[in-house]
Amino acid sequence: MLHPSHLAAVILFALFASVVFGITMRETPRRMIRYGAYCFVLFVGSAVLLSWVMFFIAR
Amino acid sequence: MTPTTNKPADGAAKQSSAGFVYLPLVAGWLIPGAGHFLLRKWVRGALLFVSIVSMFALGLAMQGKIYTGAHEVLDMLGVAGDLGGGLLYLISRALGLGADPVQTTVADYGTKFIVVAGLLNIIAAVDAHNLRTGRKS
Repeated sequence: MLHPSHLAAVILFALFASVVFGITMRETPRRMIRYGAYCFVLFVGSAVLLSWVMFFIAR
Repeated sequence: MTPTTNKPADGAAKQSSAGFVYLPLVAGWLIPGAGHFLLRKWVRGALLFVSIVSMFALGLAMQGKIYTGAHEVLDMLGVAGDLGGGLLYLISRALGLGADPVQTTVADYGTKFIVVAGLLNIIAAVDAHNLRTGRKS
């Protein structure tokens, strides 16, 4: 059984979802790459940010 | 006033009139990226295939659950998402994969990976259909 850490799971999820979003939501390769990178940063960034918010709420 | 011609639109119309229009949609649903392969979008198809199959396989490796029956509303949504995986879902069901109940947090992540892989596959198949009909270039 695979046991990735929470961060690793987030990064893997963001990577694969961003690739599909980039390819399907934009028309030119350059814009696909930019949009995919944008989605990846938003996925991972929002997960990290929300994690810190929950950390401070729990204290 | 002279009539104007729109070559890209004509080309798209010509392309959309030849063959079964829904073939990339159906193929893309059954096999991730196959719709793009049919349209000779090799790199896009390969990236979609690798991404969706990897996500599905990682979900199974994390001992994620594959929804089989719809007893509650959330289960129905899970089945709908899983069905988006096409042959991945059907083969996994046939092999009895993902049948164990979720007991760990990681297994719950795996369940979500499997559902989202199916949903992403639907998006990819619809994208192939849009390419086929000329709605997207």
